[in-house]
Amino acid sequence: MLDPIISARGVNVFYGDSQALFDIELDVLPNKVTALIGPSGCGKSTFLRSINRMNDLIPVCRFEGELTLSGQDIYDKSVDVVALRAQVGMVFQKPNPFPKSIFENVAYGLRIHKMCTAKSELQDRVEWSLKSAGLWEEVSHRLDEPGNSLSGGQQQRLCIARAIAVQPKVVLMDEPCSALDPIATAVIEDLIDSLRKDYTIIIVTHSMQQAARISQRTAFFHLGKLVEFGETKTIFTTPKDERTQNYITGRIG
Amino acid sequence: MIDFGKNAGFDLKGRHRAEARFQWMGKIAIAISLFFLAAMVFTIARDASGIIKQTQIQLQLDLTDATGIAQNNKHPSYGKAVKAALRAQFPKVKKRKDKKRLYGFASPEAGFEIARMIDESPEILGRITKVWVTASDGLDLYLRGKVDMDLPERQRRVSDAERDWIATLQEQGHLRRVFNWGFLTNGDSREPEVAGILSALVGTAYSLAVCFAFAFPVGIGAAIYLEEFAPKSRLSDLIEVNINNLAAVPSIVFGLLGLSMFLGVFGMPRSSPLVGGLVLALMTLPTMIIAARAALRSVPPSFKEGALALGASPVQAVFHHVFPVAMPGMLTGSIVGMAQALGETAPLLMIGMVAFIVDIPTSILEPATALPVQIFLWADSPERAFTEKTAAAIIVLLVFLVSMNLIAILLRRKLETRF
Ligand SMILES: Nc1ncnc2c1ncn2[C@@H]1O[C@H](COP(=O)(O)OP(=O)(O)OP(=O)(O)O)[C@@H](O)[C@H]1O
Ligand SMILES: [Mg+2]
Repeated sequence: MLDPIISARGVNVFYGDSQALFDIELDVLPNKVTALIGPSGCGKSTFLRSINRMNDLIPVCRFEGELTLSGQDIYDKSVDVVALRAQVGMVFQKPNPFPKSIFENVAYGLRIHKMCTAKSELQDRVEWSLKSAGLWEEVSHRLDEPGNSLSGGQQQRLCIARAIAVQPKVVLMDEPCSALDPIATAVIEDLIDSLRKDYTIIIVTHSMQQAARISQRTAFFHLGKLVEFGETKTIFTTPKDERTQNYITGRIG
Repeated sequence: MIDFGKNAGFDLKGRHRAEARFQWMGKIAIAISLFFLAAMVFTIARDASGIIKQTQIQLQLDLTDATGIAQNNKHPSYGKAVKAALRAQFPKVKKRKDKKRLYGFASPEAGFEIARMIDESPEILGRITKVWVTASDGLDLYLRGKVDMDLPERQRRVSDAERDWIATLQEQGHLRRVFNWGFLTNGDSREPEVAGILSALVGTAYSLAVCFAFAFPVGIGAAIYLEEFAPKSRLSDLIEVNINNLAAVPSIVFGLLGLSMFLGVFGMPRSSPLVGGLVLALMTLPTMIIAARAALRSVPPSFKEGALALGASPVQAVFHHVFPVAMPGMLTGSIVGMAQALGETAPLLMIGMVAFIVDIPTSILEPATALPVQIFLWADSPERAFTEKTAAAIIVLLVFLVSMNLIAILLRRKLETRF
């Protein structure tokens, strides 16, 4: 079996006095798509945002436990969140391109991390990122147009290109398709599948079909607890827990 | 069939009536405010129209033996030559009292005007030349029909003899009315016919420049820190409440602060635009901070989140993504604050910018006055001609204000990204 790239041990997350996650134990395997499913408010986003420490931005949010990325504790005092987030990219539910040109959107991460010294190198990396995100054909002739002049699905792929431009190890996606129509969703799903060979992807989704289609492993959360975690096929065909059974058949949620 | 018409019930009639009533009230309110605005503009424009043109009087000036004056005086005046020229035009006037009235036709400043002419073309010295000099405000008012000649002679400004002399001058073509450039190019003066707005205008421009140079960076910096970086705590709440309260503090209090701090403690030059600008800056800072914070808050947080998730540091996220989007709003807010400062009189009185300034200030350290203070000073003067100056100065102030707002709009258009 593969070594896990991310492992959570006894993770508890609190918002002020209320606890959002209880004792999460979870191993994410590299180069696989891991889907997080569960009813609304069960803590999927909270868990996802713990991995790149975006929860640090919420003053009342408190983390307990151990979360390692490639064996390193990411909540260790020596960890700089800037370095962490360069390794763990994120795509948000609502496409949020910067109010800049398409090119600058993708180039931004490369610029702040000083990853490209020469201009041609920068252009190559931007082109490569847009190609990986399956957007190059559509935007190659209009790179200096504003990012939000694109359609919703194109904007979301632009955000994916922006995230992978800095070549992170892990890409976190929080319901990336919930604002998109079925055709744009299908395009992104294909994209996620093709990105799997280079990245580890953790995706939150409310669509059981989507989880079944694109993920290899699925984690089912309920009321802040990790109820069941395993091969996607197993979870959807022979779930062990009754709550999982009820959720995937649509009886809770 | 369902009735969708007026009589369908649902209190439709009552609602329509309420709608119509409200629309009427709104229209009346707008009409009232427009009426007062128009009345204000009309009266000011009417009063100010008097100074568009200015009367000049032509003199046959004998400067044949005036060469010594320039050498012996630092500020030479040719008042004697002016008087002689007037006497020469009316040789029959002999009585001392009458001569004095005659001299009153030319402005007391005419002697200095001639000195300036000699500076420009020295060849007129030692010759007899015809020159146009500014006439006194009394003559100007008479020519414009502003002197009531139906009153008994003792009560009017222009006697019968003067009236006849003026008629003679007019017949001989020695009087003319020209565009009053002097109003825009002169400093203040005790003589209304030569008093100009330039010294106050320059003083205001300097003060506002100092105000902007100080208040904008400080205000924007404070707003960015408070809005984006400051941890939420009791202290930050307290600061917030205080800033909001400071915005409502009467401006004269800031004048007192400037008096004791900038003049008393730091010993900055009194009456200078530097101190005036700093006082105005203190006054506008709270407004600017509040406006800038509102502009920052209106930037969608998703930009900042996206940048942070990419590994940008908080400062990078703010300065690359939040600041540029908020910039037009912050600028507009600042210019609104500056427009407030432009009309402020009280704090400037406190720090001595109420001085009588003839010379145009050439730096922010020289004594100066400001437009609203100048208006206040002129409005306070008894001479009738100063009433017109007051109105004209108000127009200059309004034009200044409108141009500032125009700049704000243009800058906003330019900075507002197309994204
Ligand atoms: N910023 C916050 N402050 C306080 N409580 C929060 C905050 N964000 C989330 N919570 C709480 O934490 C719990 C988990 O929220 P979370 O957003 O992780 O749920 P989720 O599974 O992502 O739900 P959804 O599917 O609706 O996105 C919820 O009870 C929520 O109320
Ligand atoms: Mg969520």
